[in-house]
Amino acid sequence: MSMPRALVSMDSLECVRDGRALFSGLTTTLEGGELLALQGANGAGKSTLLRALAGLYPDYTGELRTSAFVYSGHKAGVSGHLSTSENLRFLVGLASHDEHPLQPLAPSINRALADVGLAGYEEVRCNELSAGQLRRVGLARLLLASEPLWLLDEPLTALDPSGAQLLGRVLDQHTQAGGAAVCATHQSLPATTHRTLLLTPAGIPEFRNSQPVLQEPSK
Amino acid sequence: MTVFVSSLARDWRANLRQPSQIINPLAFFLLVVSLFPLGVGPEPLVLARIAPGVVWVLALLAALLSVEGLYRQDYDDGSLEQLVIGARPLYFAVLGKATSQWLVTGAPLTLLAPIAGFMLYLPTEQVGWLMLSLALGTPTITLLAGIGAALTVGVNRGGTLLALIILPLFVPVLIFGTAVTETMLLGASREFPLLILCALLAASITLAPFAIAAALKIGVEQ
Repeated sequence: MSMPRALVSMDSLECVRDGRALFSGLTTTLEGGELLALQGANGAGKSTLLRALAGLYPDYTGELRTSAFVYSGHKAGVSGHLSTSENLRFLVGLASHDEHPLQPLAPSINRALADVGLAGYEEVRCNELSAGQLRRVGLARLLLASEPLWLLDEPLTALDPSGAQLLGRVLDQHTQAGGAAVCATHQSLPATTHRTLLLTPAGIPEFRNSQPVLQEPSK
Repeated sequence: MTVFVSSLARDWRANLRQPSQIINPLAFFLLVVSLFPLGVGPEPLVLARIAPGVVWVLALLAALLSVEGLYRQDYDDGSLEQLVIGARPLYFAVLGKATSQWLVTGAPLTLLAPIAGFMLYLPTEQVGWLMLSLALGTPTITLLAGIGAALTVGVNRGGTLLALIILPLFVPVLIFGTAVTETMLLGASREFPLLILCALLAASITLAPFAIAAALKIGVEQ
């Protein structure tokens, strides 16, 4: 069995899509404090793996377990007809069924929006925001989330350099607080320490250590 | 229950900010009703005879028009994924969305029914029964239409497919809905069709959200 603190555990995970093996024999665990970057060419299966982790792609074999998570996909997940704070209240409120009821109050939402550089945008409808600003709303949601695991698909897309730095800080804060994250990305992650899982066309995933590494790669 | 209230409130706000989505099906309803006296001829007896059926069929078509966007917008902007992942239980989230949908389609349509009845020479004492049958029947229609909308959520241009899936499901509601008003014209009891409408409503409130939730899950899994 996997370790007690594992937030993600995959055991010989295999995924075949349209007759092509995206990855096979993927075995690893992710513990609190760890950050995993998923890399690979277009179509290598990064998004599919993330969707499988999020329970949105059931067509895989092998064992897969995740703890409570936040998933942020290609689509922002916010309604254009609602304001930034209304969207955040709804999204964060979805998690409030937990043991510890969490009612995101207006002050904490406003603070999160200010932290991601969207102060003054509290009542602005999301269809009036740019793509990068929508990404920042997603970052504000991460700041408000209580889930220990974040699954982020291309979190750097559309973010400007200061937004990318912000993402790095948010990820570092999260791992330092004992959380974990899996990020599919083409760019190098701005966060300080992480290991990288490279999905290759051959279907055999490779682990690499990018930058100073705290944890040994897969055992 | 919190997820019921928060979904209801969220959709209610979003709906109110797209007034054309609410007004267009209602305008369609009244416009087509007004075509009947022109097409069939302004004979009060003929029009009064067909009035319940006309109103009910148009209520179904108006529901069909409005339901297509019910999950499509959420699917396109990714909210649906978040709902399927986060809402526990999804059943109450779906019920909240359906309630909000009914408040902007079925409820105003029920309130507009007297105008339609007036245009079709429906006897005044029948108007209340027509409204009662619509009040009981339109929530069922919204829930049934929701099943079709959820099944076709990932299908591009699924409008025709949606109609083919859900129009047959509407048949029992249509039969007993019109019967409530027509029995009086024909001189039979209206208790029976009213009770059947209640039973259909109870069954669809308890069962349809399960079907919608399952269909939405399939829709986002890809």
